[in-house]
Amino acid sequence: MKVLKAGAAVAVAVALALTATACGSSKKDDTAASDAGSSGAAKKDKIVIGIKFDQPGVGLKTPDGKYAGFDVDVATYVAKELGYAPDQIQFKQAVSAERENLISNGDVKFIVASYSINDKRKEKVDFAGPYFLAHQDLLVRADDNSITKAEDLNKKKLCSVTGSTSAQNVKTKLAPEADLQQFPGYSECLTGLESKALDALTTDNSILAGYAAQDKNKGKFKLVGLSLSNENYGIGLKKGDKELQTKINAAIAKMEADGSWEAAVKKNFGPANYKNEPAPQITEGK
Amino acid sequence: MFDFLDSGQYDLLGAFWVTVQLTLYSAAGSLVWGTVLAGMRVSPVPLMRGFGTAYVNVVRNTPLTVLIIGCSLGLNQTLGITLGGGTFKDIGFRLAVLALTAYTGTFVCEALRSGINTVPVGQAEAARALGLSFFQVLTLIVLPQAFRAVIGPLTNVLIALTKNTTVAAAIGVAEAALLMKEMIENEAQALFAVFGIFALGFVLLTLPTGLILGWVAKRVAVKR
Repeated sequence: MKVLKAGAAVAVAVALALTATACGSSKKDDTAASDAGSSGAAKKDKIVIGIKFDQPGVGLKTPDGKYAGFDVDVATYVAKELGYAPDQIQFKQAVSAERENLISNGDVKFIVASYSINDKRKEKVDFAGPYFLAHQDLLVRADDNSITKAEDLNKKKLCSVTGSTSAQNVKTKLAPEADLQQFPGYSECLTGLESKALDALTTDNSILAGYAAQDKNKGKFKLVGLSLSNENYGIGLKKGDKELQTKINAAIAKMEADGSWEAAVKKNFGPANYKNEPAPQITEGK
Repeated sequence: MFDFLDSGQYDLLGAFWVTVQLTLYSAAGSLVWGTVLAGMRVSPVPLMRGFGTAYVNVVRNTPLTVLIIGCSLGLNQTLGITLGGGTFKDIGFRLAVLALTAYTGTFVCEALRSGINTVPVGQAEAARALGLSFFQVLTLIVLPQAFRAVIGPLTNVLIALTKNTTVAAAIGVAEAALLMKEMIENEAQALFAVFGIFALGFVLLTLPTGLILGWVAKRVAVKR
C-alpha cells in the first residue's frame, strides 16, 4: 500500500512538472510567434528566424547553444537591416519538410535554411534572393582520385540523405546504376565514407564543404568539384508579403556590396577545395 | 489536390509492396524465433532460461530505431557484413528483416509464454507420465493449444510490426515511409494530401489483418 501511494505521489508530481514546463514553453512560443506575425509592429521585441540546426558551415547549433554558419550570418545581417539587434533574434529549427508550414503558420518571420528556390515551393511561399548559388557535388576521401565525373558513380557506393533532392537526382538522372545508400543524416554517411564502406557522399557543395571544414574531419575528405545541379538558395517568407520581400532583397544586395557576403563565405566554407560562385543576381520579386 | 500522383514519378504501389514484403519476411522470422525463445524461457535448463530472459528483456527494451541503425552502421558499414546482398538495396532490406525479427521475436515470445500459461498443468503432467520428453510435451501438447489461445495478441504484434517497418527508411530501404519523405521534399504544396495517402495506405494494410485474424481467433480458440 505504502509503495502504491508513494508511486502515485511521484506520478502526480511528474505530471505536474511536465504540464508546468509545457505551459511555460508554449507560452514563450506563443509570444514569439505573435511577434513574428505582427509584421513591422510598433514594438520590436524579437524576430523569429528559421535556420538549419544540423549543417556545419551552413546552419549549426553548437553544443554551447550558439549558432554558426553562412545562413546564420545572412540571417543576422538581414535582421540587422530590418532593425533587429543580434540579441533580438530567436532562431528556430526549420527541418526541410516543415519549412513551408512554419512560414504559412506564422511561426517564423522568414527562413534562411539552404532553401532552394523552385516552382512547387513558390506555390506555397515567396522567396527573396537568391543569396547563394550552390551545386550538387561529391565528397570523397582525400586520397581517392577515381571519381572525376558523374558517370564514374555507376560503379561506386554512394550515400545521401533519405528522400533528399540530391538522392533523387542520382537515381533518376546522374547515375542510375550507382549503389545508393540513404541515411537520415550526413553524419551517418561520413562514418561509412571513412571506413571505406562507401565511396562518395553527395549533396549541395556548401553543405559538403561545411563538413569537410570541420575540425575533426580536416584533411580526411575533399570535394570533387562537379556542378551536377544549380541550387539557388533563397530566403523563404510568407506568400504575398511584398514589403518584406523588397526589404530583404535590399538587405542581401547591401550585404553583397559592402563585402560582408564575401567575408561570410570565406569564414564558413574556408578549406576543402571549395571554390564559391560569385553572388547570384537577385531574381525574386522583380 | 492529388494531381501529383498522375505524374508517374512516384511508385506508390511498389513502395507499399516493399512494406508488405518486409512485414511478411519479418513476421515469419519472428514467429519462428519467438517460438524458440518461448521454448527457452519455459525449458528445464537454467542456462537456456537465463539466455531467453536476458535476450527478451534487453532487446524488447531497446528502441527499434537503435537496433536498425545499429545493424546498418555496426554490422554493415563498420564490420562489412552484407548478409549475402550485393547492393545496398538488398543489404538494407536483409538487415531490416534481421532487426525487425530480432525485435518482434521478443513480443511473440512473451505472447506465446502467456498462452503456455493457459494450458492446464495437468496436461503437461499427464504427458510426462506417458513418458514424453520435454521437447515432445512442448511441441505436441502445450504449444498447439497455446498458439490457439494467443492469436488475438499475436495479431496486435503483427499490426505493430507492419507499422514498425517504416523505421527501415532510416537505413534507406525503399518502403512506404521513404517514398513519403521523397514526396514531401518535392510536393511541399500538398503536404497533408501526402500524409493522408500514406496514413490511408497503412490503414488498408492493417485493418483487414485485424478483422481476418480476429475471426480466426474466435474460430480456433480452445473452449475451456
